[in-house]
This record gives sequence, C-alpha cells and structure tokens, in this order.
Amino acid sequence: MCLGIPGRIVEILDEDLLLAKADVSGVRRNINIGLVHHEDERVEVGDWVLIHVGFAMSKLDEQQAHATLQALQELGDAYETELEELKASRIE
Amino acid sequence: MKYVTEFRNADLARAVSAEISTLVDPGRHYKLMEVCGGHTHTIYRHGIKDLLPDQIELVHGPGCPVCVLPMGRVDEGIEIAERPEVIFTCFGDMMRVPGSKGNLLEVKAGGADIRMVYSPLDALRIARENPDREVVFYAIGFETTAPSTALTLQRARKENIQNFTVFCNHVTIVPPVRALLDSPDLRLDAFIGPGHVSTVIGCRPYEFMPRDYGKPCVVTGFEPLDLMQSVLMLMRQLDEGRCEVENQYVRAVPWEGNLKALRSMAEVFELRPYFEWRGLGFIAQSALKLSEAYTDFDAELRFAVPGVRVADPKACQCGEVLKGVLKPHECRVFGTSCTPEHPLGALMVSSEGACAAYYNFGRKAEERVGARE
Repeated sequence: MCLGIPGRIVEILDEDLLLAKADVSGVRRNINIGLVHHEDERVEVGDWVLIHVGFAMSKLDEQQAHATLQALQELGDAYETELEELKASRIE
Repeated sequence: MKYVTEFRNADLARAVSAEISTLVDPGRHYKLMEVCGGHTHTIYRHGIKDLLPDQIELVHGPGCPVCVLPMGRVDEGIEIAERPEVIFTCFGDMMRVPGSKGNLLEVKAGGADIRMVYSPLDALRIARENPDREVVFYAIGFETTAPSTALTLQRARKENIQNFTVFCNHVTIVPPVRALLDSPDLRLDAFIGPGHVSTVIGCRPYEFMPRDYGKPCVVTGFEPLDLMQSVLMLMRQLDEGRCEVENQYVRAVPWEGNLKALRSMAEVFELRPYFEWRGLGFIAQSALKLSEAYTDFDAELRFAVPGVRVADPKACQCGEVLKGVLKPHECRVFGTSCTPEHPLGALMVSSEGACAAYYNFGRKAEERVGARE
C-alpha cells in the first residue's frame, strides 16, 4: 500500500468533487486530485502525477514518471499487487 | 568482487559506489538507518548492500505502518469486523496481520463481511451503496496516507454519509525516530529519510535530527540509484563534518511539503496524547485520532472500542527488529515458525516489512556475501 505509482491525467471528471481519470500502465481509473489541484497548483489533462491509494500526491515531469515506472516494474511482485488492487478500484 | 543486481542505471550505481568507497574511513563502522519500509524493500530487492563497502551498515527503521501496529489494535479491528451490521474495509496489507486469535482473512472465511479496498474513497463508495449497513474503514499509514483519509472524511461530511466511520490508526514519523535516538540500544550515524511521507510533511520536520542529535538526514527517493546517491550524500556530510537535512528526492518532495494536505489533516485529525507502537512501547503524540469536529465518523466511539493492550507472542522479536537492534535473520523464529506463509509477526506480512523483504530477497544476498568471504 505504500507504493506511489505514476499515472497520466486523461480527463478531469469533476472540478467540484476533484475527480479525474488517470491512465496507470494502461489501466484507467478515477482518482482524487484534491492535493494537487487547488488555489496554489493545478493539474491538466496530459500531466503526470504520483498516485497513492487513489489520490494524486504530487506532480511529476514525464521523464521522471517513465523512470519511476520502470523502477517499479523492476520491483516485480509488489508492483503487480498494487496494479491488481488499483484495477479493483471504482472511485466515484 | 561485488555482485551487482541488474537494474536501470546499474553502471551509474557502480560509479556512485566507487565514490562512496573513497569516503570511507577504513577503521570506522557507519550505521545508517533507512526509516521507511519502502526503502528496506528496495535495498533487499536490488542487493544495495552488495554495492556498499563493508564498513557501511544499513539499519532498518520503524517506517512500515502495518508492522508497527500493536496487537491490541489488530484485535480491536477484528472485533469491529465481526459485528453483523458491519462491512469492514481495509488495505490488502492488513488482511494477514496476525491478531491474538487469528487474522482478518480467517475472520472473513468465517463469514464476516470484510472487503479489501485500494482507496478510502472505495470504502466511502461501499458506504454509499449500502445505506443499511455500517461501513468501517481501517485507516493505517504514516503522513503519506493520512491526507487520503482526511479528504475522504471531508467528502463524507459534505455528502452527509452517516453509515461511514474510520478506525483511525494513522501514525506520525518523527516521534518514533526521536524515541530511537533517545534509546541507548542503538548508535546511529545518519538517517536515510523517507520519501513519500516527505511529499506531505516536507523536509523541515527532520531538522531536529542535526540540531538536537547531531545526525545528518537525507530525504530519499525509491529507486536503487536514489538510495545509492543518498548514501553518498550522507557519507559526504560525515566526511566533511557537515550535519544538515538535505533533499535527494527533489523531483517529488517540496521543502515545505504539501500545504493543502497538511491543512486537511489539521482539520480532520488531532494528536493522541500517546499511542502504543509494536516494539517501541508507548510514545507521546505519535498518532492521530479524529478531531472533535469529526467525532461522528469515529469508529472507536461508535463501536465503543475499549483500547485493550495485548502482548506480542513470547517467541516473536518483531520489536527488536523494528528498533534496528536485531537483523531479521537474528530473530529466533525467523524462517522457522515465522515465514511469509505462516507469519507470527507483522514484519513477516507486509512487503515493506523488514522480515518479509529479507526472507524473499535478502537471504540470497547473504549467500553471495558468504561465498565471497
């Protein structure tokens, strides 16, 4: 549960509830963007974010995101488990 | 001849390794503590120890939220989960953590409605979908995870969802580190600071380490190369006689942290006067409970959780491993009566637990070290 996984914002779903759809290694799930989308900071479609338990924790640049993804894939089981748990998620 | 596990930038890591070697005083033994369980996992998974000179010892810290939960809190979670009106939701990591009479997986097999969720927002959705049931979320985690619980509770309040409560077991990272520094058991030279926790709290909370204890700290990312660079930064500080907080994980950690997250946490949580940690005992102001404004969502109040204290099994030495006093393999039940398949202690359950990481990856590294000696 402590992993942070990079994902790319593909759609802002609800500015009020702060929900966006993110693509994480081909898996598209809803996430909350409240911690990175407020008066001091914004995310837009195409931005990369570090996702932890369904929440975008911080923005990443694209190169960092790819590097982090590769490092996670090298972790093996722990990353696979995290992706499986993400697949089961249906945040509304 | 050092064995190097292959990973991205392995060549660069070898170069960093060579530079670290030039900074080592051959007559000195260096103890660096990695506070975070995610780092422990990376260290074993990638054989980082093999890349470091023998004088540098990595000591595993208390930063695995599943591992530090005392057995009493596990038991109390299970008691809530067994109530017929309850749908109990938790992260997958919690399912196999042993309580004194079994774990959540066994209770689920016995008929309790226990559901693994990826996010607290999934737990809130389940509450929305089941208005006639009491949905409880078993909240665990350091400051990395606490903002997610806070935002979920703010949403629950906004929607006036009344059948949703949180069994709050969030803990904070600074007090246990301070407790370790105050303990006479352990002489540490420096700290590899946690990464994701720091995306929330920033780097400032670690300033007490150099200021009050004379120990350098470097906030560190999760890739193998991040850890190598962090060790290099710490060794440079020790070599030059500097002592400060530095940030290696600049790409994700702002110095001031995430102010939005901190504000949400301040609204939803308050510090508990004290909280019990497995192996470390009671530590003042080291955990969070729901604030006055959120008492309606507090599972401890709704289900009158008694707050019992349950001792660990006698054979289990999780506490010594959590404090960094024992290495996982030095525990008397490691790999015999305590294995990932049949864990006695929480450290063997979570993938971030030092014992599980060591069991899965570290033994091979020890064999390699043994072979070259």
